[in-house]
Amino acid sequence: MLDSYRAEAQERVGFFTDTSVCIGCKACEVACKEWNLVPEDGLVWTGESYDNTSELGANSWRHVAFIEQNEPRQGEGEDDALRWLMSSDVCKHCTHAACLDVCPTGALFRTEFGTVVVQEDVCNGCGYCVPACPFGVIDRRHLPRTDAPAIPLLSKEEDGRVWKCTLCYDRLKGGHEPACAKACPTNSIQFGPLDELRERADRRLEKLQAESWNGARLYGRDPDDGVGGFGAFFLLLDEPEVYGLPPDPVVTTRDLPEMWATAAVAMGALVLGVVAAFLGGSR
Amino acid sequence: MSSYYGRPLLKEPVWQPEVALYFFTGGLGGASSVLSVVARLSGHELLAQRSIQISSAADAVSPPLLIADLGRPERFLNMLRVFKVTSPMSVGSWILAYSSAASSVSAFLNTIGRLPRVADLARTASAVSGAPLAVYTATLISDTAIPVWHEARRELPFLFGSSAVASAGAAAAIAVPTAEAGPARRLAVGGVLVENAIFRLMERRLGMLGEPYSKGEAGKYKKVAIACTMGGAALLAGPGRRSRLAAAAGGALVLAGEVAVRWSVFKAGFQSARDPKYTVEPQRARADAARSAPRPPR
Repeated sequence: MLDSYRAEAQERVGFFTDTSVCIGCKACEVACKEWNLVPEDGLVWTGESYDNTSELGANSWRHVAFIEQNEPRQGEGEDDALRWLMSSDVCKHCTHAACLDVCPTGALFRTEFGTVVVQEDVCNGCGYCVPACPFGVIDRRHLPRTDAPAIPLLSKEEDGRVWKCTLCYDRLKGGHEPACAKACPTNSIQFGPLDELRERADRRLEKLQAESWNGARLYGRDPDDGVGGFGAFFLLLDEPEVYGLPPDPVVTTRDLPEMWATAAVAMGALVLGVVAAFLGGSR
Repeated sequence: MSSYYGRPLLKEPVWQPEVALYFFTGGLGGASSVLSVVARLSGHELLAQRSIQISSAADAVSPPLLIADLGRPERFLNMLRVFKVTSPMSVGSWILAYSSAASSVSAFLNTIGRLPRVADLARTASAVSGAPLAVYTATLISDTAIPVWHEARRELPFLFGSSAVASAGAAAAIAVPTAEAGPARRLAVGGVLVENAIFRLMERRLGMLGEPYSKGEAGKYKKVAIACTMGGAALLAGPGRRSRLAAAAGGALVLAGEVAVRWSVFKAGFQSARDPKYTVEPQRARADAARSAPRPPR
């Protein structure tokens, strides 16, 4: 994947977010906003447990989900125990990233660390990556633009470009770990070489399963899944959809050869259809 | 089905109505240039001339529509910064740039009456990109995570292609006297019939995933589309063969119906992104099936 970087290529890095030790402190959200100068986009009260961030987007690159469950826990005998799930979501930095595939300007690119980053000086806000992402991560920023419009007549008031987690590309360049992982007080967010994280996650899963923790599973660890495995994967305690994550995400460019072939047949049919319309003469 | 407070798992597209309108103008421009060349080759001179004018007009309004939709319109030239086959929008930008250049050269030279052979060459050049221009937008929306678009990837190119030829036929049937507009009328009627059949087939195959096409704004405009296209086709097939007025009315109805078809497909995508069930349910079924089935050896 990183062959084109030759000597500059680095070991692929990512996140392993172990939600079994997340305490919902949101230090990751704050650290991310501070380090990356991610703007505030409105303070609303949702009433959805302790979550007022709601979802990842152009102005939220980490999002802590809170799920209150009233389910008996396996092996504990209490039938009305409240289970409170917390999980810090982030861009998955997919091995096969749909946002990157469909970007028509080359603004989205794969870094020497194997992460997926938007070059904000290139992005023209076409918005194609937004519906392409199977996780609903990347989005257009609708806040007022902060730089001066280059061509007044063709410019808009709002920022208009797309934004998402960069896995702190600037910090990686300087040899530091991303801000969210640095700030996480329980090591729920672990940063490191992906291979190492996968081994660590396997050991953690084994331990939790041996202690019969209810529902522990890895999400996005498998390099054979629909997006070729996540660069940022998770240990969850319930089905992914409970956390607002798709259960079987797929990079749709996987089907692109078939789609171009179908389009070619349709183009041929179009030409034949036009020719056929002339078979009956002029009247 | 569980979801996180009923929130969508996908982001709705950020595209504005200009994009849906472009699906129509791109289809009209592309199919009209094909119509023009076939008309020329079969000796229908007036039909050929009017069709290339329609094509260049549609090609001329298309780029402004797309530029207006960009978050950073002043950076529209970045579309031609790279060429990527993995991005139907990149491929499409090059097709549209090429097609607009060719058809505007042809129309300009025709208007000033100079260099007729260069004008002809430009017309042929634009016709080469006609079918791709009319169809690639279907591939563009199919290559997204939006369930109602991606799962319809087998039918959408044919739906967009038939909608495009119906538009080209209808526009030409308005612009050309009835005595010479036979092929245009047949094209419009045939396009409408094929398109409506494909839409029904597509919805039937999609099953539950196809619901958004019949719901909300998408459903409303689908009904408008069926009424307008079928009504317009009936006018073109009947009284439109003798009366220019009936032909013009029929052509206008078909064109309105084609805009409604594009709008219905466009809005269905937003609706299917908004409801988590269309994302979760098929994926949950897939994941459960994969879990119970033995893993194939690698």
